Amino acid sequence: MTLNPIAHEVRASYAFVERNFNLIKRYRWWEAVWIMYGIANALAVTYIGAGMGALTGQVLDTSFLVLYLLIGTVVWRYLSIMFDSIGEMIMWERWEGTIEYTMMAPVHRLTHLVGQTLFSILYGLFHAALILLAVAFFFHIDLSQANFGAALVVLMAGSISFIGVGIIAAVLPMLYPERGAQMINFAQALFLLASGIYYPVSVLPAWLQPISALSPATYALEGIRAALLQGASLASLLPTVGVLTLTGLITIPLGVVVFNWGERYAKRTGKLKRNG
Amino acid sequence: MLTTIEAMPRLRTAPALYDETRIALDVRDVVKAFDGQGAGTWWQRVSGKAPVAATQVRAVDHVSFSVRRREIFGILGPNGSGKSTLIRLLSTLLIPDSGRITVFGLDVERDERQVKRMINRVSVDAAFFKKLSPMENLLYAGRLYGLDGRAIREQSLEILGRLGLERKAIFEPMEDMSRGMQQKVAIARAFLTAPILMLLDEPTTGLDPRSKREVQAVVQDLRAVHDATVVLTTHDMDEAEALCDRIAIIESGKIVALDTPDGLKSRVARNGHEPTLEDVFMALTGKRLVTEEQAA
Repeated sequence: MTLNPIAHEVRASYAFVERNFNLIKRYRWWEAVWIMYGIANALAVTYIGAGMGALTGQVLDTSFLVLYLLIGTVVWRYLSIMFDSIGEMIMWERWEGTIEYTMMAPVHRLTHLVGQTLFSILYGLFHAALILLAVAFFFHIDLSQANFGAALVVLMAGSISFIGVGIIAAVLPMLYPERGAQMINFAQALFLLASGIYYPVSVLPAWLQPISALSPATYALEGIRAALLQGASLASLLPTVGVLTLTGLITIPLGVVVFNWGERYAKRTGKLKRNG
Repeated sequence: MLTTIEAMPRLRTAPALYDETRIALDVRDVVKAFDGQGAGTWWQRVSGKAPVAATQVRAVDHVSFSVRRREIFGILGPNGSGKSTLIRLLSTLLIPDSGRITVFGLDVERDERQVKRMINRVSVDAAFFKKLSPMENLLYAGRLYGLDGRAIREQSLEILGRLGLERKAIFEPMEDMSRGMQQKVAIARAFLTAPILMLLDEPTTGLDPRSKREVQAVVQDLRAVHDATVVLTTHDMDEAEALCDRIAIIESGKIVALDTPDGLKSRVARNGHEPTLEDVFMALTGKRLVTEEQAA
C-alpha cells in the first residue's frame, strides 16, 4: 500500500475520532445520563449563587454570582472532560482489551495523541455547550459586557496547556496498570480544589495556593471570567494567554517524550498486556 | 538439535509452496524474562536497571529459528511455555532482553514502524471494542493502517461474507456474537491490512469444529491467495499437522524440536508403530497438551 505519509497519519488520526464517536453512539444511554448529570450539577452549583441573597439575608448582585459560578462549572466541565479523555485513553483500551492492537498499528504516537486530543476537544465543547444552553433556560444571563473573542482565545490557550498535562497523565496507567487511573483521578481532584473553579483562589489556605499557581485551569478561569464578566480586552489578557500557551508548548512535547518512554517501559516489562 | 534453514527438508505435502530462497522471519538467540513484583527500587525498575529478581521467569530462553517466505510455521507448546510471549515479541509488543528479530531483513526494534506495516496478529482473545459492530471495529483498524473508509467498507463486506458472517451481524454490536464469530472478525481485521507476515496465536481455540475448519481454510488462503507467511501457535495437533510446513515444539521458553511434521514423527517412531504428533509432543516434553478449555 503506497500512501502519502501525511495522508496516512491524517487517516490514522481520524480513526481515533471516529472510533470514539462510534463508542458514544453505542453507549448513548450512558451518554444521556452523563449529560443530565452535568446539567443537574451545573444547575445545583449555579443555584447556590442565586440563593445567596436568601441565605445571607443581604441584598447581593446574584446575577454576577450566577454567572461567576456558571463560568466555573462550564469551563471545568470542558477541561475535565478533555483531561479525562486524554488521560484515560490507555486505561480505556486496556479495559476493552484492544490496547495491543492499537499499539501494534503503524502509527506515530503523536498521531495517536492528536486524534485522541481532537476528539476530546470536540466532545468537551459539545458537553459544555449543552450545559450552557440548559442553564440559560433556567436563568436570565446578562452577557452584554462580555468580550467573547477574548474568552475564546483564553479557552483555546487553556486547552493547549491542559492537553499537555493530559498527555503526561496518560502515561500513568501504562507505568502502573492498577494504580494509574487512581493517580489521574487524584490529580484531577487537586485541580478541582486548587484552580478556583467556584471561588477565587485567594480564599484558599496559604499552603494550597502554590498548587493553584501551578494549575493551568487557574489562569484559564481567571482570563475567561475577566473577559466575560468585565469585558476585558484581549490585550489585557495577553499575559494570561502567554502563560497558558507557554505551559502547552512545554508540556505537550514533554508529554509526547514521556509517553514514548512509558511505552518502551511497558514493552520491556510486559505491562502493555496486563489488565488493570 | 534444531534444523537450520539451510538443512530444512522440502515440504512434504505441497513442495515448493514456500520460497526457499527468502527468509521472512529470523529469530536469533532471543531472550525475554519477566520480573516478579517488587524487584529493585522504583527508579531501578523504570530505568531498566533493577536487579534480577529471585522470582524472575524466563518466558523465552535463547530461541532461534527462521521462517521462509510463504511458509506456514507452527509453534506447539503447553500452556505457559512461552508461545504467546514469542508472538508478542514478533509483534513489536515486547522488546527482547537480548537477541535479534528481523522481518524481511528489518529489525523489529530499530525499524519498528516498517515492520508494523508488514505484520498483523490474531490472538486467542478476539480483542475488540465489544459495543461496536464488526464494521465499526474494522473501520478503526483499517484507518490505522492508512486505508480509506470506502475501501474498508467494501473489503470488510467481502471478507466477512467469505468468512460466513451474515450481513445483519456485520452492523450489530460484537458483544452479541459468539466467540467463533468474533474470531472470524479478528481474522478479517488482520486480512484487511494485507499483512505479508501473519501471526496467529491460537486462532481456533474455543471454536466449534465447523468454525475451526473455516478458519483453517482461511489460513491456507492466506498463503495461496495473499502470498503471506504465517506463524501459527496452536494446541490442536491435527491442525498443526494439516497446516504447518514445519513445527517448533517449545517447552519452558526453549525450542526442544523443530522439523516437518513427518520429521518430528520419525524421531519417536518405534516398533513399526506410526506415531501421532501428540506422541511426539509427549515424548519431547513429557507432557500431555492441555487446551484452555480443558484447563478451565
